[in-house]
Amino acid sequence: MIGIEHYLVVSSILFVLGVLGIFLNRKNVIIILMAIELILLAVNINLVAFSAALGDLTGQVFAMFVLTVAAAEAAIGLAILVIYFRRRGTIAVDDVNRMKG
Amino acid sequence: MEYLHSLSLVVPELILTVSGLIMVLFAAWGGAAASRAVSIACCVALGGAFALVAPSVCAGASGLETIAFFGQVRADAFAGFAKLLIYAAAGAALVVSSAYFEKRGAMRPEFPVLILFSALGASVMVSATDLIALYIGLELQSLAAYVLAAYLRDDDKSAEAGLKYFVLGALASGILLFGISLIYGFTGSTAFDAINVAMADGLSGGELFGLVFVLSAMAFKISAVPFHMWTPDVYEGAPTPVTMFFASAPKVAAVALLARLSLEAFGSQTAAWQQIVTFAALASIVVGALGAIGQENLKRLLAYSSINNVGFILIGLATASAAGAASMLLYLLFYVAMTVGSFVGLLLLRDADGNQLETFGDIKGLSTTRPALAWCLLAIMFSLAGIPPLMGFYAKLVVFQAAVEADLLPLAAIGIAASVIGAFYYLKFIKVMFFDEPVDRVQGKADTWHWVLLALSVLVISPLAWLATGWLGNLADLAAASLFIAG
Repeated sequence: MIGIEHYLVVSSILFVLGVLGIFLNRKNVIIILMAIELILLAVNINLVAFSAALGDLTGQVFAMFVLTVAAAEAAIGLAILVIYFRRRGTIAVDDVNRMKG
Repeated sequence: MEYLHSLSLVVPELILTVSGLIMVLFAAWGGAAASRAVSIACCVALGGAFALVAPSVCAGASGLETIAFFGQVRADAFAGFAKLLIYAAAGAALVVSSAYFEKRGAMRPEFPVLILFSALGASVMVSATDLIALYIGLELQSLAAYVLAAYLRDDDKSAEAGLKYFVLGALASGILLFGISLIYGFTGSTAFDAINVAMADGLSGGELFGLVFVLSAMAFKISAVPFHMWTPDVYEGAPTPVTMFFASAPKVAAVALLARLSLEAFGSQTAAWQQIVTFAALASIVVGALGAIGQENLKRLLAYSSINNVGFILIGLATASAAGAASMLLYLLFYVAMTVGSFVGLLLLRDADGNQLETFGDIKGLSTTRPALAWCLLAIMFSLAGIPPLMGFYAKLVVFQAAVEADLLPLAAIGIAASVIGAFYYLKFIKVMFFDEPVDRVQGKADTWHWVLLALSVLVISPLAWLATGWLGNLADLAAASLFIAG
């Protein structure tokens, strides 16, 4: 029988993968956007699993909100990335260093 | 009836939403020519919302009749006090932005609209009494802020600031959501009061994890140490009017949200979050004071100064008392005045070609070339350093008083010691302006509205404001009390 703890383990693994994807990745900002998406989907798994386990619809409604905001967030992230690329001609993470200190 | 009552409580937000949407249409059809009109219209909308919120703050609205939409949001005096500061700061950012962007040929009507939406999100944040409303408000505010940071498309630094702010902000939102999902799962509700009740019988492991995740994300949003790394870069890279906005409105909103979350949702588990807040407060004060010392860029310096100030505000929260919450609100009020004043001062530093000057080297001997500006900046820097009789001193005084009353003597002592370190770089600012050889680089011609704002903020922090402290203290007490009255 698959219980709530199995869902929690999966979502925790996805969440940690997402966070590591942001910090360990030195190559490409697109990968960071993918990692952010991974974090948000891990949260959705959590919300829906809890909602089912509690027999309470709030979690599923919340998941809908999260999906909507995630779409807006991805759109804005890609737009910022485009203007960044136009100026600098690169999207490598190591090159994002005009300001230091 | 219930629905109409709810709508009547969120009229200020409705005004901002509807006028924001109408302005989007104007911006789309009018193009760049409409930007000044849109800017003025957005200022009027903010002013209208301000006027509608003010009576509820004066009356100290609290209790059952402030609850709207079945406990999603609450329009009490606490939220009202924060909203007044948010609308005022957003209005100030709009007033100074036209001149700044017109000089760069970048004034487009979407700028005021984005500020308006960000202020709307901030206003939802401070009213939220449910995790869903909290998340929506926070994202509305942040998404608009990411775009604002990258607003100067042709500027390397602005684009980089936008990218950094976006990546780290999205990570913080993810952490916040993960914490929220855990709290929802282990308490069974997203409403603050229900969470409070569910946590009253001890904190389970899942709830503790959720609480720590949510507090970390909030620490990021208010740029408290150890989640402050983005602040200097974003503040330096973003256009100066936008930096002024970031340092005031969203910060007020996030601090007020953190206070409501800690005191209402986690109010039954004070001991669990008190240590976290205390640590963040002390670390922010120390890192903010030390980090600023070597800075040459004035915007970076003010970024560290804002980290430092957030530490003092968190001391008020760490007391977990009504007096502490009231002291936070008073500190926020004077903090906003000082922030607006110092950034308007920076905006007035322009060379003959209208380029913005922003390093220490440019303000050498400012007192001989631009005495009025130098004296205004002197007042603001002394106030930030907490030197009596300016109001920055009063703000620190009420916070430390609340800490002492709550038996947090060590916290107050370390805070006072670190504020002495912080005084070093504020005094350096003054020393460079008044005692160095004049370089006479600041030439730009004066803009009336900038001076009006600068004069207003200097008036708010001037010793004259001591006359109003009784009244303001009373308002802050009423507002803080509305947090503690069970709905």
